[in-house]
Amino acid sequence: MDWFLTHAWIIPALPALGFVLILLFGKRFLGPTRAHWIGVPLIAVAFVLSICTGVAWIQHTNDPHGGPLADVQEECSRTVQATGSEEPAEHADEGPTEGHAAARGRSVAQEDHGTEATTTQEGGEEHAEAEKHHDTQPVVRCVSWFDTGDHSFTIGTLVDGQAVMLLFVVTLISLLVHLYSTDYVNGDRRYTHYYAFLSLFTSSMLFFVLAENTLQMMVGWELVGVCSFALIGHWWEEKPNSDAALKAFITNRVGDVGLIVGVIVLFFGAGQSFSIIDINIGANEGLMNHTVLLVASCCLITAVMSKSGQFVLHTWLPDAMAGPTPVSALIHAATMVVAGIYMVGRLYPVFFEGLAIGGSSINLLALVGGVTAVFGALLAFVQKDIKKVLAYSTVSQLGFMVTALGVGAWTAAMFHLFTHAMFKACLFLGAGSLSHASHHSFNMVDDMGGLRRVMPRTYWTYLIGTLALAGIIPFAGFWSKDEILAGTGSANEGVGNYHFALVMLLIGAFCTAAYMTRTIWYAFYNGEYKGHGHPHESGPVITWPLIVLAALTCVIWLVNIPTKFFFDWRPPESFTLKFEHYVEPVGPFFPGSSDNFTHAEFNGWIAALSLLVAGGGLLAGYLFYWKRALKPLENLAEKSRLAAFFKNILVNKYYFDWLYTDVIVHAVKKPIAAAAYWFNQKVLDGVVDGAGKTAVASGRFVYDKIDQGVIDGVVNGTAVVATESGGELRRTQTGRVQQYAALFFAAAAILAGIFVLVIG
Amino acid sequence: MNDFLHDWGLAVITFLPLVGALVMLLIPKTEEQTHKLVALGTSLAAFAVGIWILFEFNYDAAERMQFTIDRSWIELINSRFIMGVDGISLPLVVLTLLIVPLCLIYSLNHIPEPGNPKAFLILILILETGMVGSFVAQDLILFFVFFEVVLLPMYFMIGVWGGEQRQYASIKFFLYTLFGSALMIVSFLALYWLTGADSFGMADLAASSGGISSTAGFLIFGGMFIGFGIKVPIFPFHTWLPDAHTQAPTVGSVILAAVLLKLGTYGFVRIGIGILPDPAHDWAPIIAIVATIGIIYGALGCLAQTDMKRLIAFSSVAHMGFVMLGIATLTDYGINAAVFGMVAHGLITGMLFFLAGSMKDRYHTLEIKRLGGLLVQAPRMGWILGFCAMASLGLPGLAGFWGEFPAILAAYQPAEGLSETLFRTCMVIAALGTVLAAGYLLWLLQRTAFGTPKEEFENNSHVSDVSPTEWTAWLPLLVLILILGFLPGLMFDVTNPAVQAISSVTGG
Repeated sequence: MDWFLTHAWIIPALPALGFVLILLFGKRFLGPTRAHWIGVPLIAVAFVLSICTGVAWIQHTNDPHGGPLADVQEECSRTVQATGSEEPAEHADEGPTEGHAAARGRSVAQEDHGTEATTTQEGGEEHAEAEKHHDTQPVVRCVSWFDTGDHSFTIGTLVDGQAVMLLFVVTLISLLVHLYSTDYVNGDRRYTHYYAFLSLFTSSMLFFVLAENTLQMMVGWELVGVCSFALIGHWWEEKPNSDAALKAFITNRVGDVGLIVGVIVLFFGAGQSFSIIDINIGANEGLMNHTVLLVASCCLITAVMSKSGQFVLHTWLPDAMAGPTPVSALIHAATMVVAGIYMVGRLYPVFFEGLAIGGSSINLLALVGGVTAVFGALLAFVQKDIKKVLAYSTVSQLGFMVTALGVGAWTAAMFHLFTHAMFKACLFLGAGSLSHASHHSFNMVDDMGGLRRVMPRTYWTYLIGTLALAGIIPFAGFWSKDEILAGTGSANEGVGNYHFALVMLLIGAFCTAAYMTRTIWYAFYNGEYKGHGHPHESGPVITWPLIVLAALTCVIWLVNIPTKFFFDWRPPESFTLKFEHYVEPVGPFFPGSSDNFTHAEFNGWIAALSLLVAGGGLLAGYLFYWKRALKPLENLAEKSRLAAFFKNILVNKYYFDWLYTDVIVHAVKKPIAAAAYWFNQKVLDGVVDGAGKTAVASGRFVYDKIDQGVIDGVVNGTAVVATESGGELRRTQTGRVQQYAALFFAAAAILAGIFVLVIG
Repeated sequence: MNDFLHDWGLAVITFLPLVGALVMLLIPKTEEQTHKLVALGTSLAAFAVGIWILFEFNYDAAERMQFTIDRSWIELINSRFIMGVDGISLPLVVLTLLIVPLCLIYSLNHIPEPGNPKAFLILILILETGMVGSFVAQDLILFFVFFEVVLLPMYFMIGVWGGEQRQYASIKFFLYTLFGSALMIVSFLALYWLTGADSFGMADLAASSGGISSTAGFLIFGGMFIGFGIKVPIFPFHTWLPDAHTQAPTVGSVILAAVLLKLGTYGFVRIGIGILPDPAHDWAPIIAIVATIGIIYGALGCLAQTDMKRLIAFSSVAHMGFVMLGIATLTDYGINAAVFGMVAHGLITGMLFFLAGSMKDRYHTLEIKRLGGLLVQAPRMGWILGFCAMASLGLPGLAGFWGEFPAILAAYQPAEGLSETLFRTCMVIAALGTVLAAGYLLWLLQRTAFGTPKEEFENNSHVSDVSPTEWTAWLPLLVLILILGFLPGLMFDVTNPAVQAISSVTGG
């Protein structure tokens, strides 16, 4: 099974192959409507391989051998090269793990696949903690990419729990979206192009997920951005679409400045290495200066803000809904936008140490995440477009994940990423199904309504997704959100005491439940259907992916059951916290061994409070829309000037778009660029022209006496050459130019002579 | 044959085009097809020898000059005929040998007004001799001669086959470059006299340059700074470039962008830093500052343009800023990035000028606000434009990235003795420049390729998709942009040993 771990590169290679094949042969041999014949099988194979890799990882974790770096190929990590067989002592004296015969080894990385040549050594005495947490052994493989300076840079794969988890998510959602699109995008003017970019996106995302070093991550990070650009602007004939595509790309470029600088700072901080393992060990074991880590984490947070739609660089994400809906589900909800979360998770020691997350009560990550969770959710209330509601919901939920990382709840963040991918994809695809039925409109207020009767499958799956998103027990969202809330350590033992984060997330949770109820009301209830034509349930190709995702939403929480539950009920230990066990790394490359790092347990009070808040949101929505029991709140903006003021702020999206587009971009594009160009033409070029004219004038004056205008001759020569033959050109050159050359050299020699006499 | 090429290969690639030009002089002007074939055949033959050199080159000793020729030349002034290639020159030589035949292929059915392919193609071949010669010359006088040989053909190309303002643009190009050359040759002569070296050979001069005073060194480097700086061009010596590019015929622009600008940056690396490492230290902060200004300033200039070709021309100022920033760090990372950046810019911007030329053929205008919907009328050309725009803005996975990112990286830790604060400030500003680059390139793409065609071109049958000739001329460039993007080692591994030989002297 280890074969799957060491050959993970095949997984991104398959969709990449798909991209090339579709591009070269898609239209020519398959015709304009059959590009999925190439795309779907390849992504299906990638999905199967991802599952195999997951199983292999579970076996690998169950069967540890050697130290934490035993499966890191020597070329890929400078730490491994430096330590060689001298593994730091503290990792060697943990006892043999429970139920597993393999003893821990001291040596690292002197063997290929790790199993054969590990020198086995008996560790020290067993202690309780080591029983549960043996070190994880990420499998790192690489080949040389290029040499520059004294270093050789590599490209390869890093397979561990986090990577395996996202491999599964990406290939699963991508496969479902590929299938869904065969119906949804059917008949599109650029069907082939659509599938080509879907494949390229999947490949780039998988490449990013498996990246072994930060440089490679950066390549994947940008490539997914390009695919996002191409797919948002899929219908580029209409200007709003290409505007949205440009906005997405350029906003992300702003964040990328942070990424570039952050990666560079970490590169030098880790002793000139891009290797994720090296950077993490350096940060975790205090080998890197705290200032370096702080600067690096702040820079990288900028990148997270753009890619993962956090305030204040979130403005592109709602606009990105201009792309086809399956793209919104795959790229702008489930996978690409979590790249920022994934990157923070990958380099977690950098953030943990740099922001001093342990034992603190606020930091930049928690602040950004908390603010986004609430302010993103508020914007969802004033949207008429159902996709925009979901987009702001994504912004808000990504805020939950960022907060989780900020408060030190790493596993909770990853778990929420995992569950969110399922139910948000379900909701987006459901919105697509709604629009498919109602004449391609996404306006739920004016063009939908009463659809629950005609679209039962879409209705039920959408409802399940909503309950999960709102955080109602027992759907997936409840469990992952609850872990984040507990992880703030506000009411129980956690990494720190993040009261602010808890308050913000609870407000966010209330809003989420309320605005989602609003979408249900407008789309599925609200009297009769208001749009054009006759709505109908979508075909099976569209509804089956919904059903699969809704079913997963109902069950995937089982992978991470807490150790204890309401009323101190403890599920059997062999069923609990599997996700944490297999996904969260243990070892020198993760802050888990830090004194501050604890795992918040399930807390009945927090869970009850979160249920109460979410239930309150649902109830408020129910009373407001169904029962019309909150009459004083209806049309509030017309009754109260204060409410109108706030609504206006929301409708204008806090004026961020105005600030960015109308103020900053406009200023750069018009006055600043114009001023620079004016300076160029009038000042710099003015000097050049002035000097040139003076030189020509004085030259003409001088040479008129000696020769009949050398410079002029050359000028006239051009006119002559234009009409005469090449012979004339030759005469011009040999005649005038030789004289000029002789004069030129003589003058230069005299000047140089003067220079030598004066300076020398 | 092999022995002959080992001994004389570099002379062959340098002078073969000149021989072709001489043959063409004997053929009557009316035989246009023959002229095209002779020119193309000659340049392809030179390219074939270049490929042979690429295979015969000893990559394990890329820091050494190979295929060297060393013969007495002008004994009166101790200038020798020395040629050689190492890891730094090799990619540039091959780039030149590739670009010229592609330009000639493109010219098979794109001879600009007022025609006369004979003269036009002869000029291109003379240019090739000058360009290749500059990259292989290892003697300052020989270098200077080749450097100047380039000047006249380009002057005539712009002045005769150029756009409406060709007279102004060509004179400006000529005089401005000449002015730089004058300072350069003064520097060369002063360097030779002050060091008391045995010859003008670069190796001789480098070995004995330690003896000159720091003031003299500073001033001599200053002369080169202006000479090479105008050619690059670096801010504020760049104003000839937008005019020259805009007015030049398509292949003129391509050659100008792809190869000519690199003569300047190459001169900085080979002659400036190679011979005068200590003065280079004194100048490095100044170069870094003007390079960084160039990055931002060039990008702003692009945003202000209304003409597609002029926009691409201005983008060169920004891109060469990254190259110069890499050089200014005086480190192996930085100079490697610079050489990569030179080749990548040659491929990408050369390609963009090809596109601009072909679009002008179809629309008879490059005014951005009149264009639009290229993807509708010529989808393949539109996609190529998108691809090149992405490459030009430094997308990882395409060639442009490997010139840009490592240059920014190098600025974090410049060579010993250089101010970290200054260079790190430059690093951040340069990184901000990448945002502006995305801005002007995507904005260009949106306005020309997206949307629907404007009314005046809606039913214009002239707007056809990429022709076979164009494909032949472009495909090698597009493939190289992609391959170098994914396998940067193909070039870094060649340049690295040679660059390290230089950076070990500068303390990088």
